Amino acid sequence: MKKYKEKLIEFFLKLTALVTILTTIGIIWVLLSESISFFKEVSILEFITDKQWTPLFARKHFGIMPLISGTILTTIIALCVSLPIGLTIAIYLSEYAHIKIKKTIKPLLEILAAVPTVVYGFFALMVVTPFLQNIIPGLAGFNSLSAGIVMGIMIIPFISSLSEDALSSVPRSLRDASYGMGATRLQTSFKVMVPAASSGIVVSVILAFSRAIGETMIVAIAAGQQPRLTLNPLVPVETITAYIVQVSLGDVAHGSLEYKTIFAAGITLFVFTFILNNISYWIRKKFREEYE
Amino acid sequence: MKIKLESKNVDVYYDKLKALSNINMIIPENAVTALIGPSGCGKSTFLRLFNRMNDYIDSFKLSGDVLIDGQNIYEKNILVDELRKNVGMVFQKPNPFPKSIFDNVAYGLKIQGIKDKEFLRKRVKDALVQAALWDEVKDDLNKSALSLSGGQQQRVCIARTLAVEPTILLMDEPTSALDPIATTKVEQLITSLKEKYTIVIVTHNMQQAGRISDYTSFFYMGDLIEFDKTDVIFTNPKQKQTENYITGRFG
Repeated sequence: MKKYKEKLIEFFLKLTALVTILTTIGIIWVLLSESISFFKEVSILEFITDKQWTPLFARKHFGIMPLISGTILTTIIALCVSLPIGLTIAIYLSEYAHIKIKKTIKPLLEILAAVPTVVYGFFALMVVTPFLQNIIPGLAGFNSLSAGIVMGIMIIPFISSLSEDALSSVPRSLRDASYGMGATRLQTSFKVMVPAASSGIVVSVILAFSRAIGETMIVAIAAGQQPRLTLNPLVPVETITAYIVQVSLGDVAHGSLEYKTIFAAGITLFVFTFILNNISYWIRKKFREEYE
Repeated sequence: MKIKLESKNVDVYYDKLKALSNINMIIPENAVTALIGPSGCGKSTFLRLFNRMNDYIDSFKLSGDVLIDGQNIYEKNILVDELRKNVGMVFQKPNPFPKSIFDNVAYGLKIQGIKDKEFLRKRVKDALVQAALWDEVKDDLNKSALSLSGGQQQRVCIARTLAVEPTILLMDEPTSALDPIATTKVEQLITSLKEKYTIVIVTHNMQQAGRISDYTSFFYMGDLIEFDKTDVIFTNPKQKQTENYITGRFG
């Protein structure tokens, strides 16, 4: 009897894991099959090389580049904000801050990641953009600059918390060795701790990157909905995610070519995040330092 | 006999816990002085006074004077970074940086801003020769120090300390994580280094203290019980407690 109970429990546990995996497979399957039928009508070459994305207009163009440029642009701006700030915070918390301060600040920072992204989007549109317009005349109402900056603020805790974890897991003895040699805190941080924790720090940056690429609400609200091949942060752009939102909420007919574009865009996004996650996994495996 | 290190009326507290009480001791130059005593007796705390490594412990409080060459190193105008260039430390567990052997040994010089490659190479070689490791690693200085054996790693750490040419070496149980063969090598090294350096070594190994040290001090429960020449401590201790500890009757 007991044996059957054990078997039953094991079965349920297995089932739970299976459901998760099956869901993932299902998503990939739908993405693939819909985009394959999209690529039967639009050649991959056109998809990659055409410089315009106007599937909803009369003169249809299916070049993904404007959406990719919008996505990369907002993401790069976000990283320019979050990387220096996040790393500085991580080094401060692990090397300088008193343990009590660290224990208060870290959870407070992580609240940043708990704010609903729609709030961030609204904040970018209604607060940051008007503020920036005072400084930069000619800044459009929708632009990648304020969306990117706010997205950068959102991903600060990804970088600061994960990098701080990486720094804290460097053995105390290395820090002692460096101080014992007469190194200052700053020298110890940058010559010993950061290099020793570098794989963890790089992984945190890649995860933040991947999070920024997939972020939807902020860019959909604040960056605009005009696919445009540009690196100018002051004008409206459209990201892959924002485009998907736009079409999903619109009234395009199911099964039409316009409808299938969101799967083509979706699989492009998936390829990006998939590659990034794999790189971070590979780095973690390859560069895990053995200290003992 | 010239006095190199000295402690005068030293009390150390961690919060309310008294770790050292009224320690008055001198440590002679160019000799090996061993600090022995049971765990928790304060010998490591005492050792770490001389390069101010206790400063990182938040609850650490000190009263009294700690002198190097007659200078109180806890005075306000003392630069701790400068002090530590003169007072090298070797830790219990080998703790090389996850860098190449060369970069490990050159670390102290590089953080002083020395960039001259020729000079660095010479100093690294000299330090490795002094640490009796040169012949074993001279062909692969770019190999990670972590790929070496425990005994070799500890000698890298000693070389790293020697490279900045300190005058004092503090060693906190430097052989406790090593096998007997590696221990012998490090002990021989310590004996050969005392001509140039003042060495203070904490050890749990009574035979080791007997083999390598010129002076020995016995600590117990935060008190300095006895300090004398090593052969006196081991053959004719004045205190009963010392005798009991040496002969293994407690501790």
